Amino acid sequence: MKHRLATGYLILVFILLYAPIIFLMVYAFSQGETMTNFHGFTWRHYQTLFSDTRMLAIVANTLLIALLSALIATLIGTLGALSITRTTRRVTRDSLLTLNNVLMVSPDVIIGASFLIFFTMLKIPLGFGTVLLSHIAFEIPIVVLMVLPRLREMSTSLLDAAQDLGATTRQLLTHVVIPFISPGIFAGFFMALTYSLDDFAVTFFVTGNGFSTLSVEIYSRARQGINLEINALSGVMFLFSLLLVAGYYWIQQAGHKRRRRKREVTS
Amino acid sequence: MRVSKPTMTWRTIPLTKHRTWAYFLPYGLWLALFVIAPVALIIYQSFFDLGHQVTLNNYRTYFHSATYLKMTANSAWYAFLITLFTGLISYPTAYFIHQLKHRQFWLLLVILPTWINILLKAYAFIGIFSQAGLANQFLTFIGVGPQQILFTNASFIFVATYIQIPFMILPIYNALDDLNPAFINASRDLGASSWQTFRHVIFPLTLPGIKAGVQAVFIPSLSLFMLTRLIGGNKVITLGTAIEEHFLTTMNWGMGSTIGVVLIVAMIVVMLLTGDQKVKGGTPR
Repeated sequence: MKHRLATGYLILVFILLYAPIIFLMVYAFSQGETMTNFHGFTWRHYQTLFSDTRMLAIVANTLLIALLSALIATLIGTLGALSITRTTRRVTRDSLLTLNNVLMVSPDVIIGASFLIFFTMLKIPLGFGTVLLSHIAFEIPIVVLMVLPRLREMSTSLLDAAQDLGATTRQLLTHVVIPFISPGIFAGFFMALTYSLDDFAVTFFVTGNGFSTLSVEIYSRARQGINLEINALSGVMFLFSLLLVAGYYWIQQAGHKRRRRKREVTS
Repeated sequence: MRVSKPTMTWRTIPLTKHRTWAYFLPYGLWLALFVIAPVALIIYQSFFDLGHQVTLNNYRTYFHSATYLKMTANSAWYAFLITLFTGLISYPTAYFIHQLKHRQFWLLLVILPTWINILLKAYAFIGIFSQAGLANQFLTFIGVGPQQILFTNASFIFVATYIQIPFMILPIYNALDDLNPAFINASRDLGASSWQTFRHVIFPLTLPGIKAGVQAVFIPSLSLFMLTRLIGGNKVITLGTAIEEHFLTTMNWGMGSTIGVVLIVAMIVVMLLTGDQKVKGGTPR
């Protein structure tokens, strides 16, 4: 009895979680113009989407921003994690970690508004550059948080062994440290990518007039009412997210497997 | 009673002093330019009025205006309601998922919706809650008749809760996962009923997870601004909406920053109240 109650409850919650998403994607195939009654199957809204050059340009912009910012953030974040691990004094490390987490817990509007003040004071014109810089900025802490645990798992004997065998600092880094923490680096990269693709509020503040990303574009179109082209877009984006999730979990699993193997060897 | 946390040992990677600085430079620059400077700037900006004069007037206006104070109280109240509903739905969900066989898979299904753009989810509800939408069709079907659903406070709370649920489930699930089953067995062996076990063992031990969830849901709920426009029809004004309005519409950055400082203070208060939880499962933004 209790078991059935739990199952029923879970089914309800999952219906609640997925109904809006499925609803959105189903209506992308409706012949009507609104999300009210399903009027028969059509690919028309997808055709509209793929011939909408403005939208395609925005998709390209969004992907470019996401990839570039994630790459740069991963680089800086990994270096940051390395330098945090290197600190010897506890106080320094704790304050670095606290500062690192400031952007993780700050509300988006605060990040957006403060970056807007910052760019305006430095007289940097709003547009592609400011959006890119902002995205790099809010992605760095998550990369650091993803890389740090891997660095902590690394055993000193590994490093000692490499050094005893005559590895230089550079070799130590490229041949021992980086390969070991690479699952963390990839996880950080993927998280950064999704943060960038998902962001609306920060971008909204620092984007200016000429430049737009998908979130901002969806916002301005949604304010004008229903447009089934957005539904079609949601279908495409959902598929893309699925691919990203699959990629992310594949990397996670690879990491787990490696750790398990290591444990088997050592035990 | 506290379950002792495994102590983490930190290992230093032997690099020469000179190199270390080169490695730290980009990260340090980021800390200075994009973490410390913006927070300092928003506080600095809050002391300027529209005529670029240094003044305390923004704070005076804020604390003497019934509109601003009421807006802040309202925003906190809505955030509280959203957090409460999210918690009420999420705790049993996390609890039941934790008892399932393929729990990792179900957990993945909980996480998946968070990878879908938040604007798209809000947009879906514009369709569902519209005049002739799915929700009204259902209400007509059960005999209540169509209602105005979109642009009401209730719809705002509903959609915000919907969006936040996964971020509450994750930390609670992690807390349940950290819970040593021996405690539950001991409690049952000593004759406690299921309810007593839950009330005195499971719930207190998963409190850190709930706190982390509250932290992850309450702060973003204070600052939501696109939902208030798209779903709430501008009836609900949160701190986030007010900041966005001052910065991008009325261009009164001083006042906007003042509200921003209030939001930062509110954030710090919430974080102090919910204790020093380690960030787990990623905070939503």
